[in-house]
This record gives sequence, C-alpha cells and structure tokens, in this order.
Amino acid sequence: MANEQDKILDEVTKSDYKYGFFTDIETETIPKGLDEDVVRLISQKKNEPEWMLEIRLKAFRHWQQMEMPQWAHLDIPEIDYQDMIYYAAPKQKPKLDSLNEVDPELLDTFNRLGIPLDEQKMLSGVAVDAVMDSISVKTTFRENLAEQGIIFCSMSEAIREHPDLIKKYLTSVVPATDNFFAALNTAVFSDGSFCYIPKGVKSPMELSTYFRINAANTGQFERTLIVAEEDSYVSYLEGCTAPQRDENQLHAAVVEIVAMKNAEVKYSTVQNWYPGDKNGKGGIYNFVTKRGICKGDNSKISWSQVETGSAITWKYPSCILKGDNSYSEFYSVAVTNNHQQADTGTKMIHLGKNTRSRIVSKGISAGVSNNSYRGLVKVSKKAENARNFSQCDSLLLGDKCGAHTFPYIEVDNPTAIVEHEATTSKIGEDQIFYCNQRGISTEDAVALIINGYAKEVLNKLPMEFAVEAQKLLQISLEGSVG
Amino acid sequence: MLTIKNLHASINGKEILTGINLSIKPGEIHAIMGPNGSGKSTLSAVLAGRELFEVTQGEITFNGKNLFDLSPEERSREGMFLSFQYPIEIPGVSMVNFMKTALNEHRKHKGLAPVTASDFLKLMRERKELVEIDSALTNRAVNEGFSGGEKKKNEIFQMAMLEPKLAILDETDSGLDIDALRVVANGVNKLKKPDNSTIVITHYQRLLDYIVPDFVHILYNGRIVKTGGKELALDLEEKGYDWIKNDVIE
Repeated sequence: MANEQDKILDEVTKSDYKYGFFTDIETETIPKGLDEDVVRLISQKKNEPEWMLEIRLKAFRHWQQMEMPQWAHLDIPEIDYQDMIYYAAPKQKPKLDSLNEVDPELLDTFNRLGIPLDEQKMLSGVAVDAVMDSISVKTTFRENLAEQGIIFCSMSEAIREHPDLIKKYLTSVVPATDNFFAALNTAVFSDGSFCYIPKGVKSPMELSTYFRINAANTGQFERTLIVAEEDSYVSYLEGCTAPQRDENQLHAAVVEIVAMKNAEVKYSTVQNWYPGDKNGKGGIYNFVTKRGICKGDNSKISWSQVETGSAITWKYPSCILKGDNSYSEFYSVAVTNNHQQADTGTKMIHLGKNTRSRIVSKGISAGVSNNSYRGLVKVSKKAENARNFSQCDSLLLGDKCGAHTFPYIEVDNPTAIVEHEATTSKIGEDQIFYCNQRGISTEDAVALIINGYAKEVLNKLPMEFAVEAQKLLQISLEGSVG
Repeated sequence: MLTIKNLHASINGKEILTGINLSIKPGEIHAIMGPNGSGKSTLSAVLAGRELFEVTQGEITFNGKNLFDLSPEERSREGMFLSFQYPIEIPGVSMVNFMKTALNEHRKHKGLAPVTASDFLKLMRERKELVEIDSALTNRAVNEGFSGGEKKKNEIFQMAMLEPKLAILDETDSGLDIDALRVVANGVNKLKKPDNSTIVITHYQRLLDYIVPDFVHILYNGRIVKTGGKELALDLEEKGYDWIKNDVIE
C-alpha cells in the first residue's frame, strides 16, 4: 500500500519549472570576486553619494569578520564568494522616461513571465517595479502614485533623489551588522524598491516588485524599504523567478518595513526561484532577511508568503512589535519537493503593551526534501498583556521527505499568553481514491487537498496573487503525490 | 449495463473472489448479501478500480466497454458510483469545491461546459432537499467531523449530484439508526430511474424492506452460491447464513 501511495505521489509531483528560460540580452557585468574595490565600483556604477558608499564599506568590513550561520537545519554546500559576479545589468539607455525606451527584449522577458510592463495592458490595480539582475528596468504607474504623494521607485533612484528618507530609514530595521547575509547585502546590494506612503494616505493600488535573475554566475542582492507614515496603508507584493541552470546562484535580499502610528503594511511574497532539477542540481540559494517594525501604536504588519522555489531557503520574515497595541501576523505556505531544503519561519518580538501576533505556518514536503519551521516568539519584560498564537502544520507526501518544527518561546512577562499548536498529516491513498471515484483525477485530487490545506494562507493573499499561488502549488508538486 | 464473467481477484496473493458471474441490465436492482469475509466489499472495490486488489482472471464489461481499460476516475465519469462503506474525510476541502470539481469532470466527459456558480448552487439546493440532507453539512469540509449517519447521507447526496447509471451501495445501512436508514433509502428510491441500475451490498435484510431488489445474490467464499428474487433475502434472514454454508458443503 505504501508503494502504491508513493507511486501516485511520484507521478503527481514531477513537473518542470516554467520560468527556466534565459533572455539573450547584452549584459554589462563586472569581473568575478569581491573586495573593497568591487564595493566602490558598484556604488560608482549607481552614481551614489559618498554617504552611501560609507555605509557599504562599513558593512563590507564587518562582513569580512563574519562567518556563515550554521544553525539552520540545512545542508549548504560551501559557497565561494570570490567565484561570483556582484553586478550585472542588461544594457540599455540610462534614463527611462517612457516605455518606448525600454529594450523590447526586456519587455518581452517580462511578458513571458506574465508581468506586462505596458500600463495599458496591466491590471489597473497593481503598480510594478521590474528588477532584472542588478537593476530596476521599469517602474509603472509612478505618476499616478505621485499625485497622492506616494513614492514608488527603484532603490538606486531613491538614494539619489530622496537621500533624507533613505538616510533615516535604511538599515534602521535590519542593521548592516545584523547577520552574515544582511551585511553582505548592505555592502553590495544593487537595486530593489523603495515605497513611501505619506501620512493619512491609503495606497490606491497594490505596489509590487518583480525580481528576475537572468545573467549566469551572478548573485542577486536587492534591497527593499517600505515606510508607512501615520494612518497610512499599503499592500505590497513580491514575485521572483530565475532561469534553469546547473550551477547554484545566490540571492541574498534584505527587506525592511517601518509602520508608524495606526499604519498598516501588508507584504505578500510568491517565491518561485528556480528550485534545481529533480536530482538536486542547480537552483537558487535564497538567503533573505526580512523584518518589519511596528514603530507606532496600533500599527500592523502582515507577512504572507508562498514559498515554492529555491534549492535552499533560509528566511524568517519577522516583526518587532514596539508600539503599544500593535499587531503582526505571519502566514506561510512552504513547499519543498525533490531535493529542496527550506528552513523558514518568523520572529515576533513583543516590546510594547497589548501587542499581539499570530503565526500560521503550513509546510508541505514531497520527494526527498526537507522542510523546517523555525520560529521565535519573544515577550520582553515591559510587554504587558502580550498575546501570541502559533499554528505549525506539516503535510507529508511520500515517506522519503522530512518535516521539522523548531519553535522557540522566550517570555519575560508573566501576563503574556502564548499558544502553540502543531500537526503533521499525510495525504492518504484512500483520500485520493475517494476523489478518483467521484471522477477527479489523481493530480486534481492532490491539488484540491493541498489547496484545502493551504487555504487559510492563500486567503490572505491579494486575489490575483492567490490564483497564481494556487496554480504554483499545483505545478510545484506535480508528479509527487503518494 | 454490467457483465461480470468468471471474476477472480486477490490481495497479497490471497484469493478473495473465486469466480463471480453476474449480469445486470438497465433498470434492475440487485442485492448482494453474504456473511462477513465472503468478498462483498472486495467486489465493490474491484468494480470501482481500487488497485489494492489484483484481478487475476475474468472480465467485466460496463456499458459495452472493458472495465479494466478504464481508470477509477474514468469509471466514475462513465456513470459508476460507489457509496463507500467508510466514507473518507478530506480536511480543508469544502464540499462545495469537491462536488463542483467532480461535477465539472463529469460534464467535461460528456462534452458539456463547466457549470456556472449560480446553477451549481441551485442544483445543490435541489438535490439536498431530495435526499433530505442538512444544508449545513455541505458548508463543511468533505466528511470532516461528520457522524456515521451524516457520512452515509452525504454519500447519497453525492450520488444525487452525479446521477450515476450504476450505483453500488456498499453496506450503506451499516451504522445507521432506523430513521437515518429510511432517509438514505428514500433518497436512493427517489433517484431511481427506469434505465439506471443499483447494486445493494448488505449484510442484513432490513435495508431491502426499503430498497426492494429484483434479484438477490448470496455471496459465499468469493462466489455467488445462490440467486433468487426478493424472497431469498427473507429466507436468509429467517434461516441465517449457516443455512447457506451447510448448503454449499452438501
């Protein structure tokens, strides 16, 4: 019976990565390797002011003293940081005033990814910043947003045009010295998005960044900063893909979110980096630091993520609940198949009074993959009446994969209420047969069951994204049921 | 509708069905009775295409097609419905979503467009009334947390939605109190049409008071040892299975 189950799962979770194509476009790259000169070169290529270079150099010097973290439940092959390119940019005119100036090859690339950059063709409710390799290609709907005082642009531009805001907030949530990958990112980040929502403004559209790795042997290090002033609201989406390659590529991003009094930020990610082939060859190493701070009272930050890609994922979107009555939630579905490894979860740091957090993590493991949830709930001395609820579920497909849960709870205030629930389940052959008997194919049955399992998280995503994520779950597990 | 010739089936090398012959014409209701371990549930599982069982000999035609050429889902779309003895729980999958997916697969098979949301809800409401199923049940996940009786009613509701040509009721009466039994049986009777057929697999005669069979077959040691009209079930009730066992030995 177990064999039968494995056979079915096997068939359903074998499918190919759809975004594995490579765009043959002239790319400007710098030589492999990393030293101070490379950091200076990146800063120079981006026409950065001196103060930014200083931040980078300081981070770089610190990074040189650091070692890669080893505590995750991951088997990470040694990474040669000198055997990597730190800057690659598709060649095009430096200034983009209208769509006509974007290279047709690039437009075509994003079209194939389902992200049309032509505003007429776009979903009217979503503004996109398209980033390929090290630079931002195009940011749409900027003018419309600017009318309301919203700034949505590439990080490079923000550094040049909004230095006061960047100086104030960049590295304020994730310090340059925070961890190995955050330090590396601060030293060499090439682009990313900056969003600023002024006081009292509710963003009329979803803001989104689409990251694409195209060039070979290149690391992608992007930096995103979202600042929501008092009484503002924004929903932000992030998507990502990469070509199919035999060698591994590093993606080490940093995302920082600041929510002031009564502000709300929703951050949704559908992570679909190339996961490597069925034998575990190739794929992206996704080592990302994401952190938000609920700085003002009554502020709210919500993280929703659907993680289906990457060979290795190391990622813990976190929130510091500083303002009184602030709230944060983390909703996650992480799928691992074949040889993928994921160590992902969240950190909720309760500092303010009456702060609340909610964690819902759904892991799905198939093939010979390993999927770990790692989460910290910390209630500090002054956080009166803090509350947390965590739910960590694991679903196993087949008997060769692993699911692990590492919850850490540190409570320094006796008024806190912290709850943790965890379940592990398997898709049964009898469930699949039941669906078959009603006319539903095995593949559709698995999709139905997986979507049912992940529903609570998918419901948190903006609509278009939820549909996309649902399809993605199906594709990621195609050929793996059992 | 269905012709079974010399069917042998085994599990883990152990032969359970040892040569079944059965022919069912459109419109007929056949009851299959037998003591525990006689092969009743194996027969329904083989018909539905459960791969746990290996068919070692024999043939089955269903609507003129070789049944063994059809996958379980194709058998369903061709009009075969199995009411499970132990309906399976599928947490997180809503009845609405489940039934809509199933119905649309059946429609696709017939070359029809997917059902619209409003038509679907209308159909659900109508069929729920027909089989007297509590409307709250269809708002929940498939069989999750249902009582035994609710699960069986839910099977009949699904049958009402899919309108099969051949319904196989596998011990649908087991675990039902008399009221639930009547509801389930009424549902089955209301769904009866002149050209659809039913196989009622049961241990006890009482279900056959409500669903009146045209033929009663007695299964023993993996084969049909006696066939008769509805009176056979009454005889059996009176004399017990020992009567058959002794009969076979003689």
